[in-house]
Amino acid sequence: MTSNGLPKPAKDAAAKDAGVRNALLKMVKQKEFSVFVALVLLCTVVSLLSPYFLGVQNIFNVLRQFSVIGILAVGQALIIITSGIDLSVGSVLGLMGVVAALLAGLGLPPAAVFVLTILLGAMVASINGLLVTKARINPFIVTLGMMSIARGASLLITGGMPISIENDITFLGSGYIGVVPVPVIIMFIVAIAGHVFSTKTLAGRNIYAVGNNERAAKLSGIRVDKVKVMVFMIMGALCALSGMIVSGTLKTAEPSAGAGYEMDVIAAVVIGGTSLAGGEGSIVGVILGAAIMGVLRNSFVLLGVSAYWQIVAIGVVTIGAVALDSLKNKRD
Amino acid sequence: MIEYVLLKIDGISKSFPGVKALDHVAFEVGKGEVHAVVGENGAGKSTLMNILSGVYAPDTGILCLDEKEIHFKDPRHAQENGIAMIHQELSLANHLSVMENIFLGRLKRNKLGLVDYKQMYKMCRNELECLGVNDIEPDMLIKDLSVSQMQMVEIAKALSLNARLIIMDEPTSSITKKETEMLFAAIRSLKQRGVSILYISHRMEEIFEIADNITVLRDGTYIKTLKSIDTTPKEIVSLMVGREFNRAFNREVRKVREDEKPVLEVKGLSYGKKVKDVSFKLYPGEILALTGLVGAGRSEVVQTLFGVTRKDKGQIIFNGKEIEARTPTETIGLGMGLVPEGRKTQGLFLKMKVRDNITITNLPQICSMQFIRKTEEIKKAEDYVARLRIKTPGIEQQVQYLSGGNQQKTIIARWLLNSPKVLFLDEPTHGVDVGAKSEIYEIINSLANEGVGIVLISSELPEVLTLADRILVMQNGRIAGELSRENANQEIIMEYATNQMNKGMEQ
Ligand SMILES: Nc1ncnc2c1ncn2[C@@H]1O[C@H](COP(=O)(O)OP(=O)(O)OP(=O)(O)O)[C@@H](O)[C@H]1O
Ligand SMILES: [Mg+2]
Repeated sequence: MTSNGLPKPAKDAAAKDAGVRNALLKMVKQKEFSVFVALVLLCTVVSLLSPYFLGVQNIFNVLRQFSVIGILAVGQALIIITSGIDLSVGSVLGLMGVVAALLAGLGLPPAAVFVLTILLGAMVASINGLLVTKARINPFIVTLGMMSIARGASLLITGGMPISIENDITFLGSGYIGVVPVPVIIMFIVAIAGHVFSTKTLAGRNIYAVGNNERAAKLSGIRVDKVKVMVFMIMGALCALSGMIVSGTLKTAEPSAGAGYEMDVIAAVVIGGTSLAGGEGSIVGVILGAAIMGVLRNSFVLLGVSAYWQIVAIGVVTIGAVALDSLKNKRD
Repeated sequence: MIEYVLLKIDGISKSFPGVKALDHVAFEVGKGEVHAVVGENGAGKSTLMNILSGVYAPDTGILCLDEKEIHFKDPRHAQENGIAMIHQELSLANHLSVMENIFLGRLKRNKLGLVDYKQMYKMCRNELECLGVNDIEPDMLIKDLSVSQMQMVEIAKALSLNARLIIMDEPTSSITKKETEMLFAAIRSLKQRGVSILYISHRMEEIFEIADNITVLRDGTYIKTLKSIDTTPKEIVSLMVGREFNRAFNREVRKVREDEKPVLEVKGLSYGKKVKDVSFKLYPGEILALTGLVGAGRSEVVQTLFGVTRKDKGQIIFNGKEIEARTPTETIGLGMGLVPEGRKTQGLFLKMKVRDNITITNLPQICSMQFIRKTEEIKKAEDYVARLRIKTPGIEQQVQYLSGGNQQKTIIARWLLNSPKVLFLDEPTHGVDVGAKSEIYEIINSLANEGVGIVLISSELPEVLTLADRILVMQNGRIAGELSRENANQEIIMEYATNQMNKGMEQ
């Protein structure tokens, strides 16, 4: 073979210069960065409008409020990256809260309640995954059905009445470590784990590959169906975890807990820069998205916006985020 | 040398983050001429064509159409001004029919204002027949077509626009000689009618057959425009790469020995209507070519062997053991690899990095306890970017921003990295430039010399005739004949591919 590398020193130096500039440009251009800027702007505006906003107590409040949304958004992001969607998160959360209460009622130790609830959550969600992959039903339809089934099941089990929980499992929802509420700590653990999982592991890489190009993923030897079932199961486990947090906070399992959460969760994921078309997105962005949702909700309370308007506003924000996403996709 | 300048390109520049794709490019396109634009992968050809057809706006420079300055707002605006483009990457709507695609955005209406499918069907039929295509029906869905059929639909679509300037960005990259001849006939008659053609290709024979003038680009700069009768392929290639280019590639034919055991044996393989009773043996270190016309079932054979589609009948014996080939996961695990046709549809993860795209199948080998060993991954990716000279600002660049040929090299790198025992190559040099092509030939050759069995599908007969040890010609899903390279030439292969002289190889 002849050697081909013609020396072009001048060009290399120029390329290096451009490289540094590009690295900076790239950071600024990253989706997470713009989400971060949006969050900072939002916080600035709210703190100008309400002096309470930046109080330590309130900050923990906000963190605590969006911790469940944040946890669920990590799972939802993984599903959306594979270009699926899960509408049943709120209902499965409710059902798993009830299940945890029942298990606690049997007198099981907290550790056993914890493990069993998580496993059951993953199992319920695996039904979603199997219907999507084996029966080839659209995930939107499958999880819409599951949303109804899971809610119905929790109402049937409880007869519509709340169940009180007397078990240390409630620590997950109402406990503190130092001054930090346990749900906040759990959210950070889930976020870090999700970030590491999605960026550093084989399974995480496969999730992106499946979302980018399912056929190419199959041709590269990835078991596409397995990947899809896996992300639904992770989601189920996180729903179970969230169910225990929510019912632990009040020491009562409400059969209607988590109603409407799917909206906030999907909004958080999309605001965080994950495209509904799949194939891209990051856990960091998603947590920032959840934070934006949390701050929004908190500011409505601080500013005395009526609860009804809050619901409208969340809807507007969700549609706005999705509209931005599809506009951007069109431009590419 | 041009009588009437249809389009004047003047000082066009365009940059992308980290890349100066075009740098003050200027030349002219005459009325009724076929003007070829050539250059290495990443030279800026597609970027320039995208500017001419209104996809991108140039950073600087102007375009003059009929001596009037014009700024295209979008592709539609360019189309209204008589410029149509066949994109390098297929851009058809997968879930629509062939005719809907051809008439997209200008569906024919009848008196009631409803879509007139009958008329569209007829017109579409006509367009396809002009191109000599008869295996595509106007009401077939795009997603059911093979890549090469899709390309013919793209061509028919551009021809049907009645444009004054048709830009063809590698229109022949996945069609065979026969279809190419049809396309050339169409181009000649367009030329008669005064239509200008901008023609991009990496195939020198084609360029010298069809083009009047040839413009060379290198690293985003304009080098020279030459009359094709005044120059030679050798000169053009040297201008492209910027130095003397004379790398003759040569592979000795490898003869099968009496006592050898095949690494892959296929007996009576059938799948649907596309693969009928196919049998052959592949020996370690051998390059076996599968040729035939578009739609002859070549890709389907390798896809079935690789487990993408499941065989209906037949036996696949790999390394002496019968295998089922249910999924690619299984066949990859055994040591097979497939560079598929259609890099965008079947190969690339567009929004992922060059690094991710190269290492994806190899990841299980560079993982400890599920965790990717990052430094090793980076090293491997960088190694292959250098070996295949993939032009990219770095391995962290998203693969969607690479030029077509460099994307193709990325997929080849993916499979080389996995060191397979049997490698199926479906149009491996699709859109790859002359220099890189001979580098890829070297690599295929040395893989074979190391004992890898290679099945090569290529629409480019010269490629088949330089690389293959044995050649199987397919026709209508069957193997119509087997030739050794010494006994093969383009004419004999075409005869087997098109007609009835089934001397048969069913021993
Ligand atoms: N959207 C984009 N973003 C960033 N870089 C780009 C983009 N499009 C093209 N490039 C870069 O611009 C250069 C020119 O690309 P272009 O596609 O025009 O090459 P080409 O001559 O058509 O090559 P090929 O023969 O491989 O098709 C390449 O280095 C490519 O990586
Ligand atoms: Mg190109």
